[in-house]
Amino acid sequence: MSHEAAAHQGHHPALAHHFDSLAQQTEATTLGMWVFLVTEVLFFGGLFATYMIYRSWYPDAFAVASHELDVVLGTTNTVVLITSSLTMALAVHAAQLGQRKLLMTFLILTMILGGVFLGIKSVEYYHKFVEHHIPGPGFQFEKEYFRHAQIFFSLYFVMTGLHAIHMIIGIGIMLVMLWWSWNGTITAEYSSPIEISGLYWHFVDIVWIFLFPLLYLIGRHAH
Amino acid sequence: MPSQTLYMPPRHYLNENYGITSWLLTRDHKRIGLLYLASITFFFFLGGAMAVLIRLELATPVGDLVTDETYNKLFTMHGVMMVFFFLIPSIPATLGNFLVPLMIGAKDLAFPKLNLASWYIYVIGGLFTFYALVAGGVDTGWTFYTPFSTVSSTTNVIPVALGVFVTGFSSILTGLNFIVTIHRMRAPGMTWFRMPLFLWSMYATSLIMVLGTPVVAITILLVAAERLFHFGFFDPRLGGDPVLFQHLFWFYSHPAVYIMILPAMGVVSELVAAFCRKQVFGYHFVAFASVAIAVLGFLVWGHHMFVAGISVYSALIFSILSFLVAVPSAVKVFNWTATMYKGSISWQTPMLYAIGFIGLFTIGGLTGLFLASVGLDVHVTDTYFIIAHFHYIMVGGALMGYLGGLHYWWPKISGRMYNEFLAKISAAIIFLGFNLTFFPQFILGYLGMPRRYHAYPPEFQVLNVLSSAGASILGVGYLIPMVYLMWSLRYGRIAGSNPWGAVGLEWTTTSPPPTENFAETPIVTWEAYDYQTPVEHHVA
Amino acid sequence: MSSHILPKRVYYTIFAILLFCTYLTVQIAFFDLGALNTVAALAIATFKATIVVLFFMHVKYSTRLTWAVVLGSVFWLGILLALTMSDYLTRVWRTYG
Repeated sequence: MSHEAAAHQGHHPALAHHFDSLAQQTEATTLGMWVFLVTEVLFFGGLFATYMIYRSWYPDAFAVASHELDVVLGTTNTVVLITSSLTMALAVHAAQLGQRKLLMTFLILTMILGGVFLGIKSVEYYHKFVEHHIPGPGFQFEKEYFRHAQIFFSLYFVMTGLHAIHMIIGIGIMLVMLWWSWNGTITAEYSSPIEISGLYWHFVDIVWIFLFPLLYLIGRHAH
Repeated sequence: MPSQTLYMPPRHYLNENYGITSWLLTRDHKRIGLLYLASITFFFFLGGAMAVLIRLELATPVGDLVTDETYNKLFTMHGVMMVFFFLIPSIPATLGNFLVPLMIGAKDLAFPKLNLASWYIYVIGGLFTFYALVAGGVDTGWTFYTPFSTVSSTTNVIPVALGVFVTGFSSILTGLNFIVTIHRMRAPGMTWFRMPLFLWSMYATSLIMVLGTPVVAITILLVAAERLFHFGFFDPRLGGDPVLFQHLFWFYSHPAVYIMILPAMGVVSELVAAFCRKQVFGYHFVAFASVAIAVLGFLVWGHHMFVAGISVYSALIFSILSFLVAVPSAVKVFNWTATMYKGSISWQTPMLYAIGFIGLFTIGGLTGLFLASVGLDVHVTDTYFIIAHFHYIMVGGALMGYLGGLHYWWPKISGRMYNEFLAKISAAIIFLGFNLTFFPQFILGYLGMPRRYHAYPPEFQVLNVLSSAGASILGVGYLIPMVYLMWSLRYGRIAGSNPWGAVGLEWTTTSPPPTENFAETPIVTWEAYDYQTPVEHHVA
Repeated sequence: MSSHILPKRVYYTIFAILLFCTYLTVQIAFFDLGALNTVAALAIATFKATIVVLFFMHVKYSTRLTWAVVLGSVFWLGILLALTMSDYLTRVWRTYG
């Protein structure tokens, strides 16, 4: 549109100069987040490919090693993350309706749940350290599966570690969203940053939805 | 050529602000393109210096210039710097950044701050790699094959791995920016099929960047993790599979070669249209071929692994798919040639580079078909045949496309014309030097000279000396443009907004353009390459 | 993208389904179904991911472009997994030396 027409339209404070309208900006930033999530799918995808190969090669070692993970803590964490996705979706809902206090409440709840997840993860990592299941020189395992269990635990630490890093970044993003909600940047008209942050958060949840059964639930029937 | 007042605007993106911070903190896609131009040129000459040493060593059959270990480091650093720090960013980050908003009639890319961040990320990755170079280099080959890179190599693998990992994100973010920009910021009337073919190429390239780079990123992380923590992903002693590394590495690195060639193909489409003053023959086919190359390019990576230990059935699948991926490339070559037929051809420097591209890319591409055939590949893999093949595509193709584009859009970027005589001479020197360097390598490879060796049987010396002589000529050819392009910035003839009389939105604004690109948002009512309508009427 | 506002009860319903599926996947894991254990686990995980994508991430109400992006990413991951497996699954098929 020409400059004259743009000048007549009320210039929203969040509208960047190179966009013609807030609608165009919202469409662009949303598409941008989706394209970024595509890269994340392929990023984690390489790890899933590696997992797939080695689980098909060493099914018994993977099952035995998987038993060493705490299924109660893992399930709890899954429930925690699913709940955080709920609170995130409710935060987006509140933002779309301009309900500032409710938005902030749900953002805080989401962050707390994320923190709980990381806390439980740390406890699990500590258990692995104490049980000498961290791959490397200190690794200890039953002789028959010694080498291949190391591969399982290597995958466990890289996959859950990378996931945890993404969680931490997610909590950071939520802090920024909380700040924007508090200082009035987020309004019913400009709620897209919350929606876009929500997309990222849900993606991190989805990664865990796959990690949980693949790491914790292998061959559990054979107790 | 339509006459017009040759006008240099008093205010444009170069003189809008002065000072180093106005460049280092810029959000203007045009300035960011120039920041990239400076950085990639630095890495080009650094990688070129490695090449000089390699060709000097190979002039004699014995390994007398450098030790084995040093030679390994030379070809590794040459490959790493040329692939990751020059070729992959080259056209997208310089010409792409500069031109994408101009060509679609936008004020900037979708995410200007992210664009600047991409450059910084590139520089940080480059610093890691530069550090590794001065700390003694890496000797694994640019392909980082395991378990040598993860277990046995005693060189600075982790800094280089980190450098490539970080720079990969620069590539991903550039691709993301282009995809969103092309989808959401086209000017009114700029439908998909009115876009210049350069934009189709940039779009296809961006798809590859976004889909492929993350896989090599995670693979490099695993290599670093294995090296640091002795995880067993690729180490056979712990039950790992070295071939898995190759699968993950080549899943990206094969499409990466299409990241390197597709932009150059886009440039060639622009050059052929402009210098034949004709619509590109089969515009739709060329556009679809770009996307087809991007998609099919992801299905062929196993052809780098025919002798690595993959199953013969897998090799057959990859072989058939590799033959298939040549088809869209061939379609483009046919269409460019058909465009030239009965066109009004003018032999300016950019057109010389375009024709050079078409010829040399065809040779390189055809030899790729030899390599797609498993039986033949088993004979020539890991020989100089492979090296000649990919240098024909990367240097004879991509680099010539880059130089052609740089010359074509130089007046738009700088507002000035370069010296045409010197430019033509350089193009000729480059063409001659290139063929003298790399054609003998096809023969050497077929006769059995292995790659990555610095000593060879004496009967190969004549061809090697020819190749080294060619390399010295090629080097001169690359240095001359540095001189006359720099010189033109101050003393070149004023170019005016459309020195070539070409069709395209970028030519409707001033040279150099203002920071906001267009005084008013253009409204597009003409088809791409509409040379039927007089160019003066292509003003929004 | 349209700012389609979903009623809260949709979110609560999806949440309940996700919890139930989690319970289901853990229970199934403790029964010996042979190869079906993995199939079941992946099927449930895929279903959970799908409803998160459709409803929490609003893809059900999004543009065709968003659908193309989501499906494209899954398809590309599929290429990586399938063509890699084409090697590993057929290595034992060697019929010569």
